[in-house]
Amino acid sequence: MFDSIETTREELARHSYIADPGLATSLFLALKMERPLFLEGEPGVGKTEVAKVLSRAFETALIRLQCYEGLDLSQAVYEWNYPRQLLEIQAHRGAGDAEVSDIFTEDFLLRRPLLQAIDDAHERAPVLLIDELDRADEEFESFLLELLSDFQVTIPEIGTIRARHKPLTVITSNRTREVHDALKRRCIYHWIDYPSLEKEIEIVRRKVPELTEQLSRQVVAFVQAVRDEDLYKLPGVSETLDWAEALTHLNTARLAPEIVESTLGFLLKYQDDVDRLRPRCEELVAEVS
Amino acid sequence: MSLLENVVLFGRLLRQAGLPVSPDQTRAFGRALDWIDVGSREQVFHTARSFLVTRQEDLRLFAVIFELFWSAHSQGTELRLPRRQPPKADLERRSDLFELIAGRADADAPEVEVGDRAGSFSAAEVLRHKDFSELSEAEREEVRRHIRDIRWRVSRRRSRRLVPNRRGGRLHLRRVLRDAAKHDGTPLRLRHLSRKIKDRPIVLLADISGSMEKYSRLLLHFFYGAIQGLREVECFVFGTRLTRITEHLRVRNLEIAVEQAAREILDWSGGTRIGGSLAAFNRHWGRRLLRRGALVIIVSDGWERGDVSELRREMRYLSHRCHRLIWLNPHLGHPEYQPLVEGMAAALPFIDDFLPVHNLRSLQDLAQALDALPERRGSRAAVHAR
Repeated sequence: MFDSIETTREELARHSYIADPGLATSLFLALKMERPLFLEGEPGVGKTEVAKVLSRAFETALIRLQCYEGLDLSQAVYEWNYPRQLLEIQAHRGAGDAEVSDIFTEDFLLRRPLLQAIDDAHERAPVLLIDELDRADEEFESFLLELLSDFQVTIPEIGTIRARHKPLTVITSNRTREVHDALKRRCIYHWIDYPSLEKEIEIVRRKVPELTEQLSRQVVAFVQAVRDEDLYKLPGVSETLDWAEALTHLNTARLAPEIVESTLGFLLKYQDDVDRLRPRCEELVAEVS
Repeated sequence: MSLLENVVLFGRLLRQAGLPVSPDQTRAFGRALDWIDVGSREQVFHTARSFLVTRQEDLRLFAVIFELFWSAHSQGTELRLPRRQPPKADLERRSDLFELIAGRADADAPEVEVGDRAGSFSAAEVLRHKDFSELSEAEREEVRRHIRDIRWRVSRRRSRRLVPNRRGGRLHLRRVLRDAAKHDGTPLRLRHLSRKIKDRPIVLLADISGSMEKYSRLLLHFFYGAIQGLREVECFVFGTRLTRITEHLRVRNLEIAVEQAAREILDWSGGTRIGGSLAAFNRHWGRRLLRRGALVIIVSDGWERGDVSELRREMRYLSHRCHRLIWLNPHLGHPEYQPLVEGMAAALPFIDDFLPVHNLRSLQDLAQALDALPERRGSRAAVHAR
């Protein structure tokens, strides 16, 4: 079903993900050549969604590692279960060395996302989502570089664990910092841009079918006009979808300045931006209707 | 020409244009062509892009080169590569590298008493207090040398990363239990972890218009060493517009870099647009650079020719998103100075530290101030100089 660029695109569409030919090509090649897909782009353009759709399409597990500052191997790969180890030690106290050394076995291992992803228990390759890698520190990146090259992890007390099926790996970054080139070179790199007018309308139509065609057009045209404004943070596709859904709950028939003004919070996340756009609402609404 | 030759040639072309393409990437791209229709221009384009481009800012250049390559190829004309002479910029860069190495060697040498460089102790003392704008060319050279000698450390912060620490912190249970297992389950030694200490990133925004240029230039020398040492220092200069010079400073001579930037961004009739320049920074760079407790240092006299309300708005945004906002103003060194300039008055409420930067002495004080910044910011009731 992911046998060509075209079928890749169709398959994504079947799961309500509208991809442009560029993304479909990158994804197709990532799957065929078993390379991680590195998706970069502004927040809310649908990077994480790609991994979710993949797991639905392949009917396989989605294993997600959310990155944050300070993320280290004990949170990303494995950790020992200390309370259980302590109890075990207490139970065997005085019984000699042999039993005590048994506390470093798989029974006492806590498997974190990366270890889960390469666990050989999987029948099929899982989807591994490494989300917002730009939030983790550089130290974590260099570990990841190692992991992605051979998909194996060595635990000193147990040995080497190797993936039976290479996980389908999707890495995302909001580019709050530059991720090192060495890592990106191992991957198929793709920058996701804001979608074109027609594409975004298609996305809204598919995700919020309750909204009328005419209103969908107005909503998207308005959001795209907002993206040309001088703002700190531009609304992404996910903001468009949130707003579209909000409008269905308000039983809106057509876009009017008052409704836009009272729901601007769905599109803009900074008060400065809201203040700046409010006086422009009337004009922008007139432009798009 | 065979397909493979074309692939190699294309990779080389991209490298010459400055895209960081490795042979591995070119090879992977060559292999990927088996999976697609090589007659389809669109498919080849996206495949090449997937493997050979790793940065968003390179996408446009890539598209242009691809276009050139493809049309030359389809017309049957061979795209000739210029002979592999090292471009002039590289030669220039190389000589800068020598300078750089020489500079490094200098920095590693044991510290010597520098008092006699200006002839006598009192001469050095005079130089220390002389305003930057009144220096002769020879004195500027002298001051520059002194500036490079100033040792400074930026205030540090605790990162969220844990590292082993002998002196205490939370228990390093993995090590403790591994030891305990060897001793019949008795933890004989306790090991600890604590949060790693890191330097704060610094963002420098220097006004190089008109009278500010002399001061900013010398201040850039102050940060030059840190940039060359690949520490997290980002440098921007502005006049009517803003431009980033961090990359230039890494490879090039500082004077040349500033000269070039000045040509690019100075519009002599336009004057300084501080608010507009900060707005450009906030929108294009803010999200990427104002993280992990960054220090922002602005060097300007606050003489805004643009819209003061814009300056106020951008200062507010900036102050909410950095650990500390420091404004260096050369005029603050003059006893009768009052921050009455409209722009300066608008910016003042958002500044944590308002410090002078007009002579060598004030730079030495700045070095101490950077080192001594408290780990927590406290309230915005700023402590200002004087």
